[in-house]
Amino acid sequence: MSSVRIATEIPPAEAAEPRAESPWRRFAAEFAESPLALAGLAMLVVIVVAAIAAPIISPQNPYDLSQLDVLDSKLPPGEHSSSTGTTYWLGTDDQGRDMLSGIFYGLRISLAVGASSTVIALAIGLSLGLAAAYFGGWMDALIMRIADIQLSFPAILIALILLAVLGQGIDKIIAALVTVQWAYYARTVRSSALVERQKEYIEAAHVLALSRARIVFRHLLPNCLPPLIVVATVQVAHAILLESTLSFLGLGLPITEPSLGLLIANGFQYMLSGKYWISFYPGLALLLSIMAINLVADQLRDVLNPRLRR
Amino acid sequence: MLAFTIRRLGQSAFVLVVMAFIVFVGVYAIGDPIELLINPQADAVERARATAALGLDKSLAEQFMSFLAGALRGDLGRSFVFNVPALQLILDRLPATLELAGAAMVIAVVLGIPLGLIAGLKPDSAIGRAIMAGSILGFSLPTFWVGLVLIMVFSVHFGWLPPNGRGETTLLLGVPVSFLTIDGLRHLAMPALNLAVFKLSLLVRLTRAGTREALLQDYVKFARAKGLPARRVIGVHVLKNILIPIVTVIGLELGSVIAFAVVTESIFAWPGTGKLLIDSINQLDRPVVVAYLLVIVTIFIVINFVVDLLYSLLDPRVRIGQAAAAH
Repeated sequence: MSSVRIATEIPPAEAAEPRAESPWRRFAAEFAESPLALAGLAMLVVIVVAAIAAPIISPQNPYDLSQLDVLDSKLPPGEHSSSTGTTYWLGTDDQGRDMLSGIFYGLRISLAVGASSTVIALAIGLSLGLAAAYFGGWMDALIMRIADIQLSFPAILIALILLAVLGQGIDKIIAALVTVQWAYYARTVRSSALVERQKEYIEAAHVLALSRARIVFRHLLPNCLPPLIVVATVQVAHAILLESTLSFLGLGLPITEPSLGLLIANGFQYMLSGKYWISFYPGLALLLSIMAINLVADQLRDVLNPRLRR
Repeated sequence: MLAFTIRRLGQSAFVLVVMAFIVFVGVYAIGDPIELLINPQADAVERARATAALGLDKSLAEQFMSFLAGALRGDLGRSFVFNVPALQLILDRLPATLELAGAAMVIAVVLGIPLGLIAGLKPDSAIGRAIMAGSILGFSLPTFWVGLVLIMVFSVHFGWLPPNGRGETTLLLGVPVSFLTIDGLRHLAMPALNLAVFKLSLLVRLTRAGTREALLQDYVKFARAKGLPARRVIGVHVLKNILIPIVTVIGLELGSVIAFAVVTESIFAWPGTGKLLIDSINQLDRPVVVAYLLVIVTIFIVINFVVDLLYSLLDPRVRIGQAAAAH
């Protein structure tokens, strides 16, 4: 890894090389420098596929009550069902639900909530941040002041306030997560847009008398994206973590849509009697998902950070 | 300086009133506490009497105004459940939360900065990589799940540490604390560690990133070229410069640790304000929810204010007057 770094650090070699490499190629090659990041990416792909394919790959539908057998409740991992003989690889919970199936379905909900809240927050933050940078003046002051005030409070506190106010439900938790996240994007976009706006290519675009919309969306926006991608990746992990924490506290999703956090909360009461698997495995699934995203985000940050490129 | 302070104080007061309004109106909108508090068999007269006694028959605006007037006198209403002043309830529980948050912060700082410095100085060495891997793990670990695993290992499996409660407390300046007794320390160890994990990882990364960037700067190259010993280059030139963001983050994270204590307290049944908040939300004990949020928001505003002042002391480039003019 270090040898490749050194090669790119020598200016003559880089200067001598013709610009045959496309930026995407170079990006992919630099990303692949870290085996850890590649492992994270592979893990992430497996997790996302498992979440999407949950109804197909799960041994049972964990929320179809007719498929549950109370006699199978709280079986340790590897036990067989007393009626059908199927193996519960990760054990069962207090209602005789297969934990593996529960985890696949829970993953699905956790990832969906995390991803959708990130996309909505990104759209809102991006628009407001660009507007603040482009229009400046009172609009900039207003938007950034709100963002500043909000960012001075920790995400969990804002989310707790909102959920104490709004109540439970999947739409409410998404609303809370969006409220928590938008300011990060707005701030990131604004600061990079302000820097980019001063550069010569924007000036050149103005000289060419391109329309404002074209300059903002075709010239300014693409060049603001790299830091935004890094922030968004980190934020997806944060959103998933925050959702599961709130659900664990009983303030997030209702019991009819159990995310990983709720599965863990459900198993907590059996922890002290030694039935660890009901909480432990959903937690492991959550940990692996977040770690995979963080590994990818870490490498993205290193690859996209021009300050480390010398 | 004075103008800046006054300006910031005015801003803080404004934020506080807005927060009070949002929280009060929002919390007012959920549920009907009468349903929970009164005997279901009670007749209409009895219900009306209870509603009037709690002041729930007045309009929202009236309730908010009387709430604000009370808040200025330090009266945030009485808990529906405990029938004691809500503020007193929170202040009684606050020392437990502050002790937990303080202990977690000490663990994070004492371990995080040296580890981050090592990882930043030797990013490609085995130890640097190991520290970073640990930090990514710590960053990814859901706080509540770490708590469960700690209980699983140290309480259920080994039986070394108690899984819940605060243990024996002693009075320090009239405030009950756990960390002066062996039993209290045994109760404090797991929750504090649990709460520290995330901040520890954050400090490691921040210190590492700062160190790596500082090492590339001209002033460090110059200090080295001058032949200064490595100890001085790192201790003075690197550390002093990376300390600015670190102090800011430590200050801001102190508040976040208090907020995150909600999770840790719920797991370890630590009798602090966070557990009180969750219980109160579930019991629709509105005055306590509102009072908790206002107390926490106030703590935050104070912390942010102090961090801003510290920032200007540490970094002569940030002149307070300029900072105020920029906004």
